[in-house]
Formats: sequence, C-alpha cells, structure tokens
Amino acid sequence: MREGRPRSFYVLAIFFAAYVLFLYGPMIAIYVLSFQGPQGGLTFPMNGVSTFWIAKLFQGTGIVDLGAAFRRSLLLGLVVMVLTVVLSVAAGMAFRRKFKAQSILFYSAIASLIVPSIITSLGISLEFRIIDDLIKAHWNENFETSMGLLTSGLGAHLTWTLPFGLLIMFAIFNRFDPRLEEAARDLGATPWQTFRYVVLPIILPSVIGIGLFGFTLSWDELARSSQAIGAVNTLPLDLQGLTTTVTNPDIYALGTVISAVSFTMIALALGTIHMLNKRQAAKGSNAGKGLV
Amino acid sequence: MSEEVLQQATPGLIPGSGAARAAKPTRLSPSFISWLQAGPMMLVFLAFFLIPLVFVVIVSFWDYNEYQLLPAFSGRGYTDTFEGCLAQLPELCTIGKTYLKTLKLCFLVWAITLFIGFWVAYFLAFHVKSKTWQMGLSLLCTIPFWTSNVIRMIAWIPLLGRNGLVNSGLTKAGLINHPIEWLLFSEFSVVLALVHLFTFFMVVPIFNSMVRIDKSLIEAAYDAGASGFQTLVNVIIPLAKPGIVIGSIFVITIVMGDFITIGVMGGQQIAAAGKIIETRVNALQLPAAAANAVILLAITFLIITMMSRIVDIKKEL
Repeated sequence: MREGRPRSFYVLAIFFAAYVLFLYGPMIAIYVLSFQGPQGGLTFPMNGVSTFWIAKLFQGTGIVDLGAAFRRSLLLGLVVMVLTVVLSVAAGMAFRRKFKAQSILFYSAIASLIVPSIITSLGISLEFRIIDDLIKAHWNENFETSMGLLTSGLGAHLTWTLPFGLLIMFAIFNRFDPRLEEAARDLGATPWQTFRYVVLPIILPSVIGIGLFGFTLSWDELARSSQAIGAVNTLPLDLQGLTTTVTNPDIYALGTVISAVSFTMIALALGTIHMLNKRQAAKGSNAGKGLV
Repeated sequence: MSEEVLQQATPGLIPGSGAARAAKPTRLSPSFISWLQAGPMMLVFLAFFLIPLVFVVIVSFWDYNEYQLLPAFSGRGYTDTFEGCLAQLPELCTIGKTYLKTLKLCFLVWAITLFIGFWVAYFLAFHVKSKTWQMGLSLLCTIPFWTSNVIRMIAWIPLLGRNGLVNSGLTKAGLINHPIEWLLFSEFSVVLALVHLFTFFMVVPIFNSMVRIDKSLIEAAYDAGASGFQTLVNVIIPLAKPGIVIGSIFVITIVMGDFITIGVMGGQQIAAAGKIIETRVNALQLPAAAANAVILLAITFLIITMMSRIVDIKKEL
C-alpha cells in the first residue's frame, strides 16, 4: 500500500494556490483590460478587443511623453544593474576575509534596506540642495542644480539595490566550496586567474540573478526616486501621477508596457541562468575553460 | 572594479609563466585589497545614505519661511509638528492620531502577512519534496516582486471599484442593492494592497529558516509521540523564529514609512507617518519634513531594537 499525502498537504496546497491567484489575478486583469476596445472603460466586461490604447500610448498623443520617460528609466535601470553587479561581487569577495570596516559596511547595507525610503530620499534631496547652494555661493551664481537622473537619482537607486546584491553574495559564498580555490592555487593559478576561471564561472548564474534584481528594482523604483530624481520623471513616477486622474484604460496600457519590459528582463535572466546551470550539469563546472 | 583590483593583486609567482610578466607588480597587502573591493560600495552608502541621514538630522533643527531654508538653529520643525499636543491633552493631537493610525495599519498588515507568509513558506519547505518544484514554486512567488508596485496597486481598481467585478458580482447574485463603497480608496484597500505587495518579504526569510531545519528533528518529535500541532509549536516555530523576526522587521519598517500605497489606495485621504513627510516637502517646509523624518526614524529604530533583541540578525545571514 502506498503511503498517501497527509490531509494537511491538500489544505495547504489549496491555500498556496489561493495565494498565487491573489498575487497574479489582479495583474492579469489589467493586462487583459489594456486590450479594451476604443469605447471600453476601466472595468469588465470588455467592450471589444483592440490594441487601441497601447497604440495611442506609442503615438505620443496619450497621457505622458512615454518615449522620453521610457528611455530615461531604461538608461537608469541599466546603469544601476551594471553598478550593482560589479560593486556587489567586489564587496562580496571582500567579505570572505576579515577586514576592518566589515561590520560598518554590513550594518550600513542592512540599515539602507530598512530605513524608510522616504527618509533616504529626503536626505539625498537635502544633501544636493545644500551642495547646490554652496556652488552658487562660492563658484558659480548661475549654477542650476547638481540633482539629476544619473547623480542623485542613481545614488538613491543604489541604496536600494546594493543591499540585495550584497545579501545574495552572502548566500552564494555560504555554499561555495573554498577547496576549489585552494586546488586552483595549488595548481599555480594567480589570485586573478582563480577568480576569473574558477570562482566567477561557478557563481555566474547567481551573479546574473543580482543583475536581475538590480534592473527590476530600479525600473520599478518609486519611493526613493520621489524626492531625489530632480526635475525629470521616470516611468513609475509618471504612472503614479496618473493614478489620481484615472478615467480611461490608457493607464492600464502603460502598466502593461512597463510590465512587458520587466517580464522580458526576467525571462532573459532566468533563461540564461537555466542555460548556464544545464551546461554546468552536463560538463561539470566549466571552470578552467575560460568561457566567460 | 574587482577585476582591476585582482589584477593588481596578481603576484605573478608562477614558475614557467614568468616570462609574460617580467615586471612583477609589488604585492598588495590583503587588507588593502579588501579595502579596494569593499570601498566602492562603502562610498555609495556614505554619499547617498549616511551623509544624507546626517543632513536630515541637521536640517530638522533649521529655520524656514514660506519659500526657503534658513540655516540657523531653530526647534520650529519640531514645535510645528507637535503643535497643540500639550494643550489638547488628554485628547490626541493630529500627529498622535496619525501615528496611532499608522501603527494600527502596521499591526494589521504584519499579522496578516505573517499568517499567509508562514503557511506559504511551510508548504514550500515541508510539503514540496522535489527540489525542482520547490524552485519553481518559489520563483512563482518571487516574479511579482520584480514587477512594478504601482501597477500591482492599480490592478485592484477593476476588481474593487464601484462598478468592479466584486460589486457587480454581488449585485448580480442579489446579495447587495448598492455597490459597496469601502472596497476601494479606504483603509480596507490600503491593507489589502500592502498585504498583496509585501507578503513576499515574510515568505523568503521564513522559508530560509525552515529549509535549514533538520528533518530528523521532526521525525524525532513524531516518534516521541508529539501530535502535528505539538511539533509545530515546540519544534518548527522556535526554529523558524529568526526568519519570522527578520520578515517582521521588513514588513513593519516598510509599512511605517509607506506613503505611496497609502496614498494611491487610500485615495490620498488617509494620513500616515510617511505621508506627513511628503506633504511637508510639497509645502517646501523642509525642516518640518526633516523633523518628521527624525521622529519616524526614531520610532522605527525603537521597533527594530526591540525585535532584534529576540534574534541576532548577523548570525542568520
């Protein structure tokens, strides 16, 4: 006689399924509604099916200058992604040895993660305001502002993405076998060769995961951008601005377009991770083959 | 960064490959390498987190008028914030009421996310046996976290609005005559959206604690005659406590400082600790905004200190 699953399994499986439905149901509703017919409203039932609202968004006749905000958000997201990956991997390597400021850096990262975003955002805006005032007073009276997408905005986003990157690095090195490095060293590899041909290929799938966090967290960031981004808006800020005056489905269309970018990035990252894992499983680790 | 660092650190001591690097770089000390590796991240936190926090504290003691900051010591940011608090006693003043409401929201969201998060993590950790399924289902819970929060808030409009699915469904079923008004732009929708957005922060740490529990402990409890409930209370919950505390810290600090979800889902009508700061900034009363930020920071810090007494965070990561 086969031992069946306990009753608690079925109860919790239903609970889990309900949670997943709760997570995805509303999102799917707006993706569907963004394909409303031209006469369609904000709610079900659908009034015909069309790409009217999405097309309207791309014609630029709609609610926001989508193109400009889109390019700004994409640029910022990519820069944040690259910096998050590089800085996190570097700092993660540092944490494998003891060094003096270790706990300062650790607690800064944790604090940056849990101090309410509005406070960080306000602080950055005050900092840049004061810098601006100093420049105006001492060097250049006509100076406008040092706040902007790639100064204060970039910094604000990094305070949000770097803690995630660092924590993922901790998780990676928790289950990393240091004997692999010792073996490389015994065989005469330099520290750089050890990193490049042994460590990096093994951790690469997770490093791509850090990149995914870096991009998506920046692409959707709102609370920290709110005070610190300067005069221009990112896509999520435009979207938030629209929520107070929702009258027709173009807000759903914008939501769908933003999500499409997120999902593309998620699919790209997960696909690459899957491919790398498969290759590692098939050939053993590709460490030493210098594939990176 | 790390590439350059490591390249510089290359001692070039391998016999046989020495010809390629005739000029041996001087060997850097390990602590210097650590500094080069960790330094850039430290600088980012210094420039965009620690120094800004210092500025928040400093500016909270500055003076202001209708349109600008006046860098002179003043307690006005604080006195404006607590205006009338003593005079109105024992009635609560505005700031007191706002914080009370924020704490209430916080408690509700915390209790609900803890309940959902615990059981979702429990299911994933103990009932899903195959590693592949465990990965797949965890991923299913994580993907929404990589998409936009605002979109996930707006997503409730077609469901909860006056003509939304819930209201029209209930009307058709003959259960109500008039649409229910409190479904959207109310405290209800704020709590719903916060739970929807942030249960993830509860699931991940609790799941992490649970997968580390040695399965033989549970078998031992079973063999010793413990019922399922006793095992849960005496074995699983104590061992999952670090995850529960870390998840709770995340959820509580997020809700304490939230102003976007409360703004969008509350129809900009509900006051909260984070929203006060936003309102003050929009009114260009920066020292008052900073003073409120300091108060919020102090209260958040107090909550975290109390919670981290229960568990050593650093050991759990």
